[in-house]
Amino acid sequence: MCDNCTNIIGTQEQFDALNAVIAKHKGTRGALIPVLHEAQEVYGYLPMEVQREIAEQLEIPLAEVYGVVSFYAQFSINPKGKYRVNVCMGTACYVKGSNDILDEFKQALGIDVGDCTEDGLFSLDACRCIGACGLAPVVTVNDEVFGKLEAEDVEGIVEKFKALEAEA
Amino acid sequence: MIKSTADIAKIRKAKHEDLMIRLDKDAKGTPEGGRMHLMVCAGTGCTSSKSLKIIEDLEARVQKAGLADEVKIVKTGCFGLCAQGPIVMVYPDQTMYTLVTPEDVDEIFESHVVGGVPVARLIAGADDAKAIEEKTDGTDFFGKQMRVALRNCGAIDPECIDEYLARDGYLALEKCITEMEPEDVIDLMKASQLRGRGGAGFPTGVKWGFAASQQQEEKYVCCNADEGDPGAFMDRSVLEGDPHSIIEAMAIAGYAIGASQGYIYVRAEYPIAVQRLSMAIEQAYKYGLLGSDILGKGFKFDLELRLGAGAFVCGEETALMTSVEGKRGEPRPRPPFPAVKGLFGQPTILNNVETYANVPVIILKAAEWFNSIGTEKAKGTKVFAVGGKIRNTGLVEIPMGTTLREIVYEIGGGIPKGKHFKAAQTGGPSGGCIPASEMDTPIDYDNLIALGSMMGSGGLIVMDEDTCMVDLAKFFLEFTVDESCGKCPPCRIGTKRMLEIVTRITEGKGTLEDLDKLEILAKNIKNAALCGLGQTAPNPVLSTMKYFRDEYIAHVVDKKCPAGVCKSMVRFVIFDDTCKRCGICKKNCPTGAITGDREHPFVIDQDKCIKCGVCMEKCPFKSILKNA
Ligand SMILES: Cc1cc2nc3c(=O)[nH]c(=O)nc-3n(C[C@H](O)[C@H](O)[C@H](O)COP(=O)(O)O)c2cc1C
Ligand code: SF4
Ligand code: SF4
Ligand code: SF4
Ligand code: FES
Ligand code: FES
Repeated sequence: MCDNCTNIIGTQEQFDALNAVIAKHKGTRGALIPVLHEAQEVYGYLPMEVQREIAEQLEIPLAEVYGVVSFYAQFSINPKGKYRVNVCMGTACYVKGSNDILDEFKQALGIDVGDCTEDGLFSLDACRCIGACGLAPVVTVNDEVFGKLEAEDVEGIVEKFKALEAEA
Repeated sequence: MIKSTADIAKIRKAKHEDLMIRLDKDAKGTPEGGRMHLMVCAGTGCTSSKSLKIIEDLEARVQKAGLADEVKIVKTGCFGLCAQGPIVMVYPDQTMYTLVTPEDVDEIFESHVVGGVPVARLIAGADDAKAIEEKTDGTDFFGKQMRVALRNCGAIDPECIDEYLARDGYLALEKCITEMEPEDVIDLMKASQLRGRGGAGFPTGVKWGFAASQQQEEKYVCCNADEGDPGAFMDRSVLEGDPHSIIEAMAIAGYAIGASQGYIYVRAEYPIAVQRLSMAIEQAYKYGLLGSDILGKGFKFDLELRLGAGAFVCGEETALMTSVEGKRGEPRPRPPFPAVKGLFGQPTILNNVETYANVPVIILKAAEWFNSIGTEKAKGTKVFAVGGKIRNTGLVEIPMGTTLREIVYEIGGGIPKGKHFKAAQTGGPSGGCIPASEMDTPIDYDNLIALGSMMGSGGLIVMDEDTCMVDLAKFFLEFTVDESCGKCPPCRIGTKRMLEIVTRITEGKGTLEDLDKLEILAKNIKNAALCGLGQTAPNPVLSTMKYFRDEYIAHVVDKKCPAGVCKSMVRFVIFDDTCKRCGICKKNCPTGAITGDREHPFVIDQDKCIKCGVCMEKCPFKSILKNA
């Protein structure tokens, strides 16, 4: 570890988890991508400080770490919403009208693809096929999958998560 | 801990008895295995439609009734019928229930499990009483199929290595390392004429032979489980439903080429597949079927998982290997081919999931058996993920040489809503479409290429007259522009230019000259791009232009989109003759584009209209027409 790493990134818990992730993979060949995956799981995204920490500990130039992060669509340098809406834009879903579903979400949430609502609750992304093509068109919200959707169903989905939030 | 071949044989035999009721309707079951198995699909599709809750509830009912010894609830992999999911298959009766909901659990339990009477209304294809009688032994969907790669999907619990063993699992590996020399394995693979199922169709045995002939100490075996073709999920189904078959095949490949390390590169978008694979690898180590001394025969093979991170180009072989090394997944020129210089600079073979899934069967059943299936130049079966505008969407495994007509009408049940077949798209962003006039062409690698499409990994999307072919070409171009790694200009810039032109056409601003430009660009990109992504990127445009040129012309010359998809060319018009002036459309229009009242005809102001189609949908008298 570097000498002046007294700065904790995120909460102590997150920072410990990050260090554990790095320690687990350090020394194996091709460790960077698995580390980034798990670090993103810890923080929800990959802020610059996290990338810097990973670069230092794995002894890889920061530019290379950033190069990898920016290359792969799954790595995000921006925070996502608490509820991450992903509309599948794979062929099967597209042919069954996922475009309309995406438009409907844009309207319902008032944001564009790649953005996050101001309250940090929802983010909206178009994603690649998740392999549930039999249920096309498909939308995921975090780990929950909604299939065989019609544009009319969108509002209900948004409401469902808003209600969940109101309860909490 | 390490099991010998004798230990494994014992487990295999005992478990085989337990599973007999799944093969034989009259089997009585065993004390260990119970008398009845309810196989519930826990694949991506069915878990999305709440199958885990069904499993939980069924288990609770069985426990409560004290039937846990007699009746087993088994989590299984994808049946390929995801659109009809959740699926529950009951053995020994061989009753298949579709579209099961947690609310159906009580009835299934009481009527079928306890009372022995199947729940008629849930049986596959049970539209009416006659259909029930005819279809209890499986639907037409399965009738024409031949399950080789998918042999265990839906038939075993993928999280239980013993069940895989019971289906002759790891017997092929045992046979290879105890009875065969590595050269024999390669000769057998060559003789089988198995060709890669990942897209290009390269002969697997030949590939293995190249790698085997390299003298280096260190070699690698990789599995391409990146399944990038959007709309295809064959590999997902195998990974989720039969992960051990891939592990076994990779170990066999390791033995054949002299490698002791393997990597499975799997998409991170497939969490269930990742979890099942990890579990299966762990179990295989425990049984001594992976590790430093496999089955006590001195053969060493280790296996690791690597997750992709959402880059389509990483499905390309050199990019995949660069990604496993932890770098940006950019392709590099070939030669040197990976069989000579691949992962970490060492000889490496890479095969697709479905390719591997065929290997153990070929070893056990011999090359001649495999040879007897398929066409002259393409042996065996192919799994297709059939989707889009078709009644039975799902996975179908058919002998090579089956026609598109058989897939669409006999297995797929035809096109829903009384619409007509227009074309099928195969090969994803690298492929093209097959028009209705070519429906009787036997499907294999070479025939599809001759049609201007390609086999690809097996996505098959059916389209009806509501699909605009120009829009479809645009969809795939957007995909490739998005996924181009940017390393070489023909692909990075060329596909972007193509997309600009196609976009222009869909906006009604195209010219006839644009069509020529597209063709020239396409040719140049195909010739100059570095990797397969760029080389095949123009295919969707070329093939739609070849078969549906009239649609391009309609967009360019008449400024019309015949399918009514391209929004800027669509017009909604109220047909005054049948309009009852009820005002419903006006109330529903989000932009206030509609005017009219009892006295004045209803009309749409085309400048205000955003073409959302709501008015047409809401008009109770069907008086609003599109494109009139
Ligand atoms: C852009 C691109 C994407 C590809 N994606 C995949 C894929 O997702 N899965 C796959 O098995 N092969 C894919 N391939 C083909 C692989 O490069 C390689 O040919 C294949 O994995 C070899 O295995 P096989 O011989 O068993 O088919 C892709 C090729 C290209 C050019
Ligand atoms: S053809 Fe496209 S994807 Fe392939 S190397 Fe060139 S830019 Fe990258
Ligand atoms: S299509 Fe939409 S915007 Fe246009 S008139 Fe109908 S309801 Fe209004
Ligand atoms: S909804 Fe139909 S019938 Fe009623 S006013 Fe509109 S066009 Fe006429
Ligand atoms: S295309 Fe949407 S899940 Fe496959
Ligand atoms: S996931 Fe259940 S049938 Fe495909």
